[in-house]
Amino acid sequence: MDQGPGRDGAPVNVFELVWAWLTDPENWQKNFRDLGIPARILEHLTYTGLAIVFAVMIAVPIGIYVGHTGRGGFLVVGVANWFRALPELGLVILLVLAMGVALALQALTIVLVALAIPPLLAGTYSGLRNVDPEVVDAARGMGMRERDIVWRVEVPIALPLMLGGLRTATLQVIATASIAAYMGLGGLGRYVIDGQRFGTLEGYTMMAGGAVLIAALAIVVELTLAGVQRLVVSPGLRNRKFSRRETRVRTKPVEKTEVAIS
Amino acid sequence: MIEFQAVTKRYPDGTVAVDNLDLTVEDGGITVFVGPSGCGKTTSLRMINRMIDPTAGRILLDGKDVRESQPARLRRGIGYVIQHAGLFPHRTVLDNVATVPVLTGAGRRAARSRATELLDLVGLPAGLAKRYPAQLSGGQQQRVGVARALAADPPVLLMDEPFSAVDPIVRDDLQQQLLRLQSELDKTIVFVTHDIDEAIKLGDRVAVFRVGGVLAQYDSPAALLAKPADEFVSSFIGRDRGYRALGFLAAKGIDLAPVARVPVGTPVSEARAKLTDGWAVVVDESGRPLGWVSEDVLSAMDSSDAVGSDDLISGGTLYRVDAEGGGTAGTLRNALDAALSSPARLGIAVDAAGAVVGGISADTVLGALAAARDSGEVPI
Amino acid sequence: MRWIWDHIEELLATSWVHLGLALIPVLVGLLISIPLGWVAHHWRTARAILVPVSSLLYTIPSLALFVLMPLVLGTRILDPINVQAALTIYTVALLVRSVADSLDATPKDVIAAATAIGYGPTRRFFAVEFPLSVPVLVAGVRVAAVSNISLVSVGAIIGVGGLGLYLTAGAQLTPPNYAEIIAGIVLIVLLALIVDGLLVLLGRLLTPWTRARAGTVRR
Repeated sequence: MDQGPGRDGAPVNVFELVWAWLTDPENWQKNFRDLGIPARILEHLTYTGLAIVFAVMIAVPIGIYVGHTGRGGFLVVGVANWFRALPELGLVILLVLAMGVALALQALTIVLVALAIPPLLAGTYSGLRNVDPEVVDAARGMGMRERDIVWRVEVPIALPLMLGGLRTATLQVIATASIAAYMGLGGLGRYVIDGQRFGTLEGYTMMAGGAVLIAALAIVVELTLAGVQRLVVSPGLRNRKFSRRETRVRTKPVEKTEVAIS
Repeated sequence: MIEFQAVTKRYPDGTVAVDNLDLTVEDGGITVFVGPSGCGKTTSLRMINRMIDPTAGRILLDGKDVRESQPARLRRGIGYVIQHAGLFPHRTVLDNVATVPVLTGAGRRAARSRATELLDLVGLPAGLAKRYPAQLSGGQQQRVGVARALAADPPVLLMDEPFSAVDPIVRDDLQQQLLRLQSELDKTIVFVTHDIDEAIKLGDRVAVFRVGGVLAQYDSPAALLAKPADEFVSSFIGRDRGYRALGFLAAKGIDLAPVARVPVGTPVSEARAKLTDGWAVVVDESGRPLGWVSEDVLSAMDSSDAVGSDDLISGGTLYRVDAEGGGTAGTLRNALDAALSSPARLGIAVDAAGAVVGGISADTVLGALAAARDSGEVPI
Repeated sequence: MRWIWDHIEELLATSWVHLGLALIPVLVGLLISIPLGWVAHHWRTARAILVPVSSLLYTIPSLALFVLMPLVLGTRILDPINVQAALTIYTVALLVRSVADSLDATPKDVIAAATAIGYGPTRRFFAVEFPLSVPVLVAGVRVAAVSNISLVSVGAIIGVGGLGLYLTAGAQLTPPNYAEIIAGIVLIVLLALIVDGLLVLLGRLLTPWTRARAGTVRR
């Protein structure tokens, strides 16, 4: 659809239209049609941030406990894998309808938190499980208390996988927040839903513009988190491959609960 | 002093890892626990710092039952070195070594400067301090592990197969280093290994364990070699027991035989005149041995030629008369090996500077051994 | 519940459509990923380009990608091809990294032994390196298949078929038809679990050596 008849019959380049929409300053401030792009971005980030904060508060302590003690690991791995099967749209629709439009934001948050917990849990759990047991033994033998072992040794070493889980969770939440507009909420998904209602080329332009913004937001957040990871993780932990140990033989295979990207 | 009193460790599934162990580890020496897999040596070690608690019996550290101390506090006073070092990958080498001092309340700066001293003590270059463990070789990581264990200057050091995971050359180096350290620091070290040679080399006292956690024999290495308590100990010690036992007998005062010395570059005719029993050792300007020449070699050369380094037959091991600088020089085993490995019938004896001082024959060594037996030096 | 029984045939038919929309991209994606992954494994510069690009593509939320596909492909917005193309991109983005990593992880001594026996590079790939990477691939394909089955439903927002349409249809009625919505959700999850289970079985079938354990051979 990169060439189509415009209103005056001449062929139009849709790329140009979308670009024009994105760079139109009127779209970047509050106008009669809409709150403006910056406001939508803020809404989107707010939905995301809120959900992530709650999800971290729930998933990380559980993941640390299960990872450190090893109890219940089987459950964690199973749950994390199956949650990927849940359709985001279905959950959003179901909960918003069930709780009523007045509580739409709360319903959305519940869904977002529920979707963010599995990757966070899996990342935290596998991060702690992958800490070399000899390092933990040495720490205990040196006289560190259990809580010091967890916070000063296991968690810093587990950080790369934990942050990997955070990144996956955040992306999942941003993606689902894009759908929130379908049930009347805000966020960048608004442009996709509203644009669809127009049903014309102009409508599609808005949809595509919204899509570009969503994609851009996701990429920027992902790159930011990658940068944070670089800063926060100890340089001694870089370039470690978890699935290969050429120097030692392990009797138990290393557990990976997700195929991690980057 | 560490005392095991009727210590038993039995697991819920019925396996007995340690069976009624009574043993006293004296202060200030290296005590080695050795034995095959499943003999309870590591379990016994780990009961000292309460990584494992016994099912029966008790362990006293300087007269106090270890169970009366809180585990974490107890462990801060005991050094602990394990097989793959277990260094914290997320901390620099320096911060790894500084861990226990910081844990016991020393300021970070003080802890770090102490860590720097220790890195020097174990022979690591100062440049490694800011690196991370992943950047170090296996041998280097082990040394950091030892430094870390020594950081809080604990009187007791527990070492669980610390040198088993490195290659033989590095292992030898680490063992020498440990002996050197011990001569400076005089700690009470309990060392676990499955290698009997390592046990004999390092231990002042060696405890041999049998599968099932039973103590088979607890003696000095010399006594172990000379008088194994039973079939198991004897076969665990392995072959050449008698020969290895010679390593514990000093060869002081052993008679040296005269040996012909020929400086390198001597004309062939002169060299032939000097030969004793058809052999002469060729030395450099400092008198250090370079190799042998024999009647056969010299007669095949031109009389006008000079003896060069290409014409030499390589010699055997050297017997050091002065055992300075440590190592196993100066023992009967050393002397016998020099005699046996030489192409001539004499082994070469050198002094501390490495210069040839005489020759040594196998007969003389065996004569010295007989004398040692008669005088009661050899344990019976 | 009555609603479900009344519409059971329709539900099953739509399930097939849904599976087609989700799984064809997995197949196509796999076929594309294997050579791409090999390229990434073999040439470092290729890896340096392919892996970051894959990561970036995978980051883009599904709704955005579905909406942008008509722009890129020149199709109508309601064409299901948009969803399938987007899901193929996701699958490739996921699997290229898996293939490259698992080829990298082939034990070097096994490769050396194969070369010493006399395998040329192509035969060695098909006889040794590829089979050994199957477990990791199967894990990746499972993730791709399950995600795709879930993501197809997002396509319902732009009107593309599949079980997601029950979600939107049920939502638009007043009062909403919860039976329809829940049926949609349950079927999607069920499909995902069944497909996942089948893939696990397939993986075990393809790799008999991972099933064998020491001591299972009787003397």
